[in-house]
Amino acid sequence: MIASVYDAVVIGGGLHGLSAALHLARGGARVTLLERSWLGRHASGASAAGVRTLGRDFAEVPLALEAMTMWHEISALVGDDCGFHAHGQVRVAENRAELQVLEQRHSALRSLGYDHEEIVDARELKRLLPHVAPHCIGAAVARDNGAADPHRTLRAFRRAAEAAGVTLRENCGVEAIERAGECWRLRTACGVFEAPNLVNAAGAWAGEVAALVGDRIPLGTKASMMIVTERMNPLVKPVVSSVGRPLSLKQTDQGTLLIGGGVQGRFDLKKEEATVDFAALSKAARTVSELFPVVRDVRIVRAWAGLEAKTVDLLPVIGLSPNAPGVAHAFGFSGHGFQLVPVVGAAIAELVLHGGTNRPIAAFDARRLMAKEAAA
Amino acid sequence: MFVRPFDSQQKAVPVVIDGETVMAAEGEMLASVLLRTVPFYTRTTPVSESRRAPYCLMGVCFDCLAVVDGVASVQTCLVPVRAGMRVERQHGRREVPL
Amino acid sequence: MSPGPDVIILGAGPAGMAAATRLRDCGVAVTLIDEQPALGGQIWRGIETSHNGPLENALGKDYRAGAGPAAVLRASGAELRLAAQVWQIEEGWRVFVKTGDAVGMVTAPILLLASGAQERPNPFPGWTLPGVVSVGGAQIMLKTSGQVPENPVWVAGSGPLPLLYMTQLLALGGRLAGYLDTAPRENFSKALPHFPAALTGWRDLYKGARWLWQLRRTGIPVISDVAEIEAKGNDRLETIAYRRRGGEWISMPAEVLLAHEGVVPGVHFTLALGCEHDWRDDQLCFAPRLDDWGETSREGLFVAGDGAGIGGAEAARLRGEITAIGIARRLGKSSESEAARLAKSPRRELARALATRPFLDALYRPRPEIFVPAAETVVCRCEEVTAKQILDAARLGGSGPNQVKAFTRAGMGPCQGRQCGYTVSHLLARQQDKSVGDVGFFHIRPPLKPVSLGDLAALHVEESAL
Repeated sequence: MIASVYDAVVIGGGLHGLSAALHLARGGARVTLLERSWLGRHASGASAAGVRTLGRDFAEVPLALEAMTMWHEISALVGDDCGFHAHGQVRVAENRAELQVLEQRHSALRSLGYDHEEIVDARELKRLLPHVAPHCIGAAVARDNGAADPHRTLRAFRRAAEAAGVTLRENCGVEAIERAGECWRLRTACGVFEAPNLVNAAGAWAGEVAALVGDRIPLGTKASMMIVTERMNPLVKPVVSSVGRPLSLKQTDQGTLLIGGGVQGRFDLKKEEATVDFAALSKAARTVSELFPVVRDVRIVRAWAGLEAKTVDLLPVIGLSPNAPGVAHAFGFSGHGFQLVPVVGAAIAELVLHGGTNRPIAAFDARRLMAKEAAA
Repeated sequence: MFVRPFDSQQKAVPVVIDGETVMAAEGEMLASVLLRTVPFYTRTTPVSESRRAPYCLMGVCFDCLAVVDGVASVQTCLVPVRAGMRVERQHGRREVPL
Repeated sequence: MSPGPDVIILGAGPAGMAAATRLRDCGVAVTLIDEQPALGGQIWRGIETSHNGPLENALGKDYRAGAGPAAVLRASGAELRLAAQVWQIEEGWRVFVKTGDAVGMVTAPILLLASGAQERPNPFPGWTLPGVVSVGGAQIMLKTSGQVPENPVWVAGSGPLPLLYMTQLLALGGRLAGYLDTAPRENFSKALPHFPAALTGWRDLYKGARWLWQLRRTGIPVISDVAEIEAKGNDRLETIAYRRRGGEWISMPAEVLLAHEGVVPGVHFTLALGCEHDWRDDQLCFAPRLDDWGETSREGLFVAGDGAGIGGAEAARLRGEITAIGIARRLGKSSESEAARLAKSPRRELARALATRPFLDALYRPRPEIFVPAAETVVCRCEEVTAKQILDAARLGGSGPNQVKAFTRAGMGPCQGRQCGYTVSHLLARQQDKSVGDVGFFHIRPPLKPVSLGDLAALHVEESAL
């Protein structure tokens, strides 16, 4: 069989794959993207689409700050605003101890020279979130944060990638990868492809793809559940999270409330399935009805779970493969990768096209996880 | 729009719809009552605020939603009438009290 | 905590009632759950509260026949959970139920879905206007409230149900404005080859013929081969218009329009549970793939009644019987050979009850227009998405029903695609020149009915208290 030859093949049609493909194509590469089912099938389509620097691990802060700048000009990148609104993100403290956690983090950030988070008192919290339960005493706020519309974002990245010349292939799972001279040869459900460069953005299955090129990177799986309600009149503007409990709450443009925060469903990686566990989901419902008692009788219309990879330190893997030449990894976002989409794609494109990047990605090297496995 | 031509053997009970008292048969489905009460609609949609009335009467269309005894988005085709029930037509997107 | 039942049955219509009664006879612990406050399902709605009045007479013998089975089941010792809404089912089988203000969960190793059928989604311009009601809905009002349209009413559609409803309505002194018969004329010649086989069920054919004859005798206009319908009005129905195949649009004032285009199995539960389904071209619907005992591709999950494929009340009852025999065998209450012997007679009767089906399915095969409605027709009632928006979204490179759902929000409202799923699949099939079976249906997301956040939160409290 004759192989189709490209400069780079991106494996995985989630937002990170699309972003990497887009940046690569804009950088002059001939790119195809292979998606086993359809674009945005798993984590990207199931995302709450929070656009957040608030509360991020210090290692992620520089990338997240750059991504935030990109989000504020996202139209320039993909020709659509992706439904992004910067109504802020608020992390609520329900008691003194929780507020202290926020304050300590705040001063640590300050000492590193970051000022994107601020601490607000109960009064300002009430102004930001009029319906918040009265026992909440304060919060950390990032005012330029917000949320986007995941499906609109998918569509925008898809169109932009296509316009930049990327060939998108859905229903095209990778079956085998082998070395062919200076190239990688991929056997897939839709033919054979060859390219000197690969981007592994295969989400929950990225560990399997890494193994195909010789990288053994231990990964866990997340099946974070989301609830969406019937449409409401405006109730909350910022995206809300909590210090002490898993919660994220936002209101979409349509008026529906989107509730998540990391409660886990069941999953079966082989069947490519994630299912909702209502006993576990009830915790999210209880949290939200305790923090926002007014929503108690609001109806749940849908719930779902999205699949993605999780690392042991909950930081992503971003960087060139330590073993496989020409392979770049971008996965393991552990439930908070949406905001990083525009910047990680740019970093991956630099790695592939120029062999390096000035962006601070050292903390995300795959070797930190592989070493841990060796030690264990 | 609809009428009940018979003297039912069911007990007649009052139901309050948007402040107006109408008589209904105990145990009949609330959606039936709404289809014989002017103006003949149960809700307006959250999208375009167009009027809707009970359509399927068997729980699969969700157009008969109304506020019943303070609880919104109730499928009135699944709710048997009880004496003194208070019903409000539901308008557009849900509101919550501040 | 008391031990759960051996079998949970969802749906107290002919299938669920027959299965529950039969399983009780075998000494199986059964919990029967239904959304309605009484037994009977849709076909025998209100049977337990009915009396021997003019209403019951008008509803006919087949309706009154439901009273006996209901009484027998009441005495059988089955646990009845009525007025109970099933909002979620999880593997194991865990059935989440809301009764009044209480949420709870029932578990059993075997689950039988006997939740029946729904009317086929029937989109046409204006079908969302107050005043447009489904014929099935109108009949439910007749059964439960003795309620009829105030003024002479137009009925538009095809299938046995409109004929039965009109007969019942006339018997009660209700008035018809006319019948817009939407069954394509060409159906008749396509149905004819099935007629000889259907003669085994001559009683049903006779019934249908009698309804038609009674209707004709009234002298009300019966307009055949109607291809398209429109409902118009501002806040409610004011005018209806129709066009016969190859003809001109004709309109007339109307306050109420009753519409119907047949029934389809309710597949939401089985789809949500990931059962295998097949596209049935004879009935233009998806149906769960079942073995001889009604078991789905998921072990311990059974389907009986019209949810298994449309067959009518008698077939539903018999499928309930047969499935119950199969379940008793699974539970070790009878041997393989004994079960086969017990099922012999109901299987024979089932074949007889289904004998008229191929003829009826061909005779009342829906007109193609309802599957590819005019561009501006609202397809998704909940999110108000039009046929054009769906086709546009699909063209922009989201090819399957789930991508179209994500792009347009069709199927994302509270009915969860019960009113638009088939139309979306048909539109895509037509656009992409595929079969509807290949296009498939929406992924069904839980919950199966919209519970409140407070209800879900309460579930947690209850579980942690165990």
